[in-house]
Amino acid sequence: MSETVSHIVKRKKALSVNPLKTSQTIGGALAVLGVNRAMPLMHGSQGCTAFAKVFFVRHFREPVPLQTTAMDQVSSVMGADDNIVEALKTIAEKNNPSLIGLVTTGLAETQGADIKRAVKEFRDQFPQYEKVKVLAVNTPDFAGSFESGFAVTVKGLLQELVPGKDDNPGRAGLRQKQVNVLCGGNLSPTDLEFVSESIESFGLRPLLIPDLSGSLDGHLDDSPFSAVTTGGVSVDDIATANESIATLVVGESLHSAGDWLYRHTDVPSHYFGHLMGLEAVDDWLMTLSEISGQPVPAKWQRQRRQLQDAMLDTHFMIGMSRIAIASDPDMLAGFVRLLQSMGAEIVSAVVPASGQALKGLEKVQVVVGDLEDLEDDARAQKAQILLTNSHGAETSQRLGIPLLRIGFPQYDQVGGYQRQWFGYRATSQALFDLANLVLSQHHELEPYYSVYAQKYDEKHQQVKASAWT
Amino acid sequence: MKAKDIAELMDEPACSHNKKEKSGCAKPKPGSTAGGCAFDGAQIALLPIADVAHIVHGPIACAGSSWDNRGTRSSGSTLFRIGMTTDLTEQDVIMGRGEKRLFHSIKQAIDSYQPPAVFVYNTCVPALIGDDVDAVCKAAEERWGVPVVPVDCAGFYGTKNLGNRIAGEAMFKHVIGSADPQSLPASVQRPGIKVHDVNLIGEYNIAGEFWYVLPLLDELGIRVLCTLSGDARYNEVRTMHKAEVNMMVCSKAMLNVARKLQERYGTPWFEGSFYGITDTSQALRDFARLINDPDLTERTEALIEREEKRIRAELEPWRQRLQSKRVLLYTGGVKSWSVISALQDLGMKVVATGTKKSTEEDKARIRELMGDDVKMQEDGSATGLLNTVKEYKADILIAGGRNMYTALKARVPFLDINQEREFGYAGYDGMLELVRQLALTMESPVWQQVRAPAPWDEPVATAGELLSAQS
Repeated sequence: MSETVSHIVKRKKALSVNPLKTSQTIGGALAVLGVNRAMPLMHGSQGCTAFAKVFFVRHFREPVPLQTTAMDQVSSVMGADDNIVEALKTIAEKNNPSLIGLVTTGLAETQGADIKRAVKEFRDQFPQYEKVKVLAVNTPDFAGSFESGFAVTVKGLLQELVPGKDDNPGRAGLRQKQVNVLCGGNLSPTDLEFVSESIESFGLRPLLIPDLSGSLDGHLDDSPFSAVTTGGVSVDDIATANESIATLVVGESLHSAGDWLYRHTDVPSHYFGHLMGLEAVDDWLMTLSEISGQPVPAKWQRQRRQLQDAMLDTHFMIGMSRIAIASDPDMLAGFVRLLQSMGAEIVSAVVPASGQALKGLEKVQVVVGDLEDLEDDARAQKAQILLTNSHGAETSQRLGIPLLRIGFPQYDQVGGYQRQWFGYRATSQALFDLANLVLSQHHELEPYYSVYAQKYDEKHQQVKASAWT
Repeated sequence: MKAKDIAELMDEPACSHNKKEKSGCAKPKPGSTAGGCAFDGAQIALLPIADVAHIVHGPIACAGSSWDNRGTRSSGSTLFRIGMTTDLTEQDVIMGRGEKRLFHSIKQAIDSYQPPAVFVYNTCVPALIGDDVDAVCKAAEERWGVPVVPVDCAGFYGTKNLGNRIAGEAMFKHVIGSADPQSLPASVQRPGIKVHDVNLIGEYNIAGEFWYVLPLLDELGIRVLCTLSGDARYNEVRTMHKAEVNMMVCSKAMLNVARKLQERYGTPWFEGSFYGITDTSQALRDFARLINDPDLTERTEALIEREEKRIRAELEPWRQRLQSKRVLLYTGGVKSWSVISALQDLGMKVVATGTKKSTEEDKARIRELMGDDVKMQEDGSATGLLNTVKEYKADILIAGGRNMYTALKARVPFLDINQEREFGYAGYDGMLELVRQLALTMESPVWQQVRAPAPWDEPVATAGELLSAQS
């Protein structure tokens, strides 16, 4: 392992034990859930959707709209295009959504489904539903992971909905206050709120694509039930992204989508990782200041100073602590940078699949693997703290070290989906929590029982006194 | 306590403070005093005696703000961690019910916890209203059949240092000499090795650090009758008069105990420290020297050679990281020189050391260790410390916990050296923890981040500039 450059180790073993990976399909569906009045539709057998639904419901503790093309034995062999057409028609008819997000599963991709053609067939057969937008994305679970599925779907949304400069030239920057924000899959609803709030504090208007803070933030609506998402970015608003003055891309997995949007619209893109830690948030606010021409509001300076103080208070505990982390690349990179900036040692880092975010890391070896890899590494390297999703709970018990829950899914505690990591203030809280976990593991000196001591009535003493050789 | 008793305690012939006007037992100055009272000092000195029920007789503030001190560690009984106070009420004070409440409190402690002894700490309010704590303790002892030791340490008697002496005095008067040591079982005897008995006075087993040292004493055949008071038991304190040698560890606090043991029982004593390689070896040699057993001396030298070789090899990588780093050391009294030795063992440079509580003798030792170019830091105020950090370009401030935020707010690395700390630094192996903690804070990447200005701001002022702007 190199000391100065990070190193990515590919998967070596046949069996994945205690998997870390979540499928691309689920990531794609989540991106669709960030659009208002939308319905994700998984092209596959009904089980794919049922599992995904349980996954989301347990994590968000919300009802989650999700549909399936319900491929069966016959359609799996003979072709399932009809299932797509029928599913699109049924959803359009019953739910009248603004958007249906068709994402594929491994079954459909193995079969060789041409989803674009099937959508075209739906359009030809049912012109009366032309107002319902349909997005079709290839997200097989045998490639990539949650994060890449989310990213490719966001890119698909842009490609489907944003008018390009060739057809509508000279639109970039027409809306001088509007900035696009492409938001990665591991941003929590409260992270997104920080993103919006910070942008608004510079007099700008954020256009989050997608916007899970509107749909899956766990709010109680007036109407008791909705078949489609209630909240999120609207399809019409996404269509104005070509008129914004800038695009902010949060999460390295979306950089490719940001590149495409820039080439497509001439709206300049600015690239960020996760907005955790002093430097990352500094960069974010500086960029907003430059885009808006406004000074950085005083409240951020105050929170920045609070974070600096928290860094000082917690460096005694976090410094030199040994961390094992498993997560999607964007989130892992954010935490690794934060922890390294505090002097912690990343002794084990595992991702489910490689990602662009890992290229920017230094002094860490990242393994593409599973939670068993994490567990083995963490044990061998004597890790003190574990960072991963709820599946790590038993790993942490076996290792006898505490777990800080991050990423998807979090089902064994409440509120994890709402946990904010972004911004100075949330970083402070993350540092406090990490420091407290280290303190909870404070290694006490083993008592030494002298063979001569006159503590004869204490049992250790009796044992020890007879053991002298 | 009578004025003449206090005066007597103030007069400690073995203490070099006695000869000088400015001393650790000097009168506190209203409006400009930091540090604890006599009660604080007495309680801290005795609380580590682990199996005793420690009752604080007074209204809530005395025990309420001080119980559950986590510094010291016990290898067995944890009764000392249970906070006990008579929590006197207004009615108790007005109606004179304090004595009665104390009497019943002692009974309750004995009934609930069956301690081998009860210590009663007297505080300001009962001292002022004239509760006869000695008489209550005596009556309770007779009535319940458990030793009850009064420690008359009202805060207004004086400083924390005086409180330490009061504690020592109480042990000497009521506990030490009341039982002989148990004879050694045959199972712990080794052929050809004569076991010698010693005491350690002023060793508090902070964070369990004495457990780094105790195995070495076991190996040498040195039985510790009692450490006053880290990880001690009541019955061990009773046998202290039978030791062949007493070591005063890192503290003048209970010097009166060592002196009186010498006067009454003829036990020789020496002053030493377990901080640093050099001092740890020196302490082991001093034991051998005063015990004067040629076989022990020989084995001690062999052990020192082996341990020093081992630890120096283990410290080498750390030494290279810490070498020539500059330290401002600000601690009380003896630690001002004892820790210097530990830091010098690591190749660090102590550029200034606090001498506010140090004696002339301490200062002489500092000069002996470091030459004349070290700054003797008298001013312990935040401004004073930070000015020295700036002037002497110190890389780290090593001081007690209450100075931590002085350092951090000025963006200066810090190491806690006093009794509240969670890490043990004593003995050869304690050095490994010390270097780790030193490197942890000094090499932390946070310093550069907290010193740099926000990218949209003017450069932030350094600690020194902040201070010059104030003055």
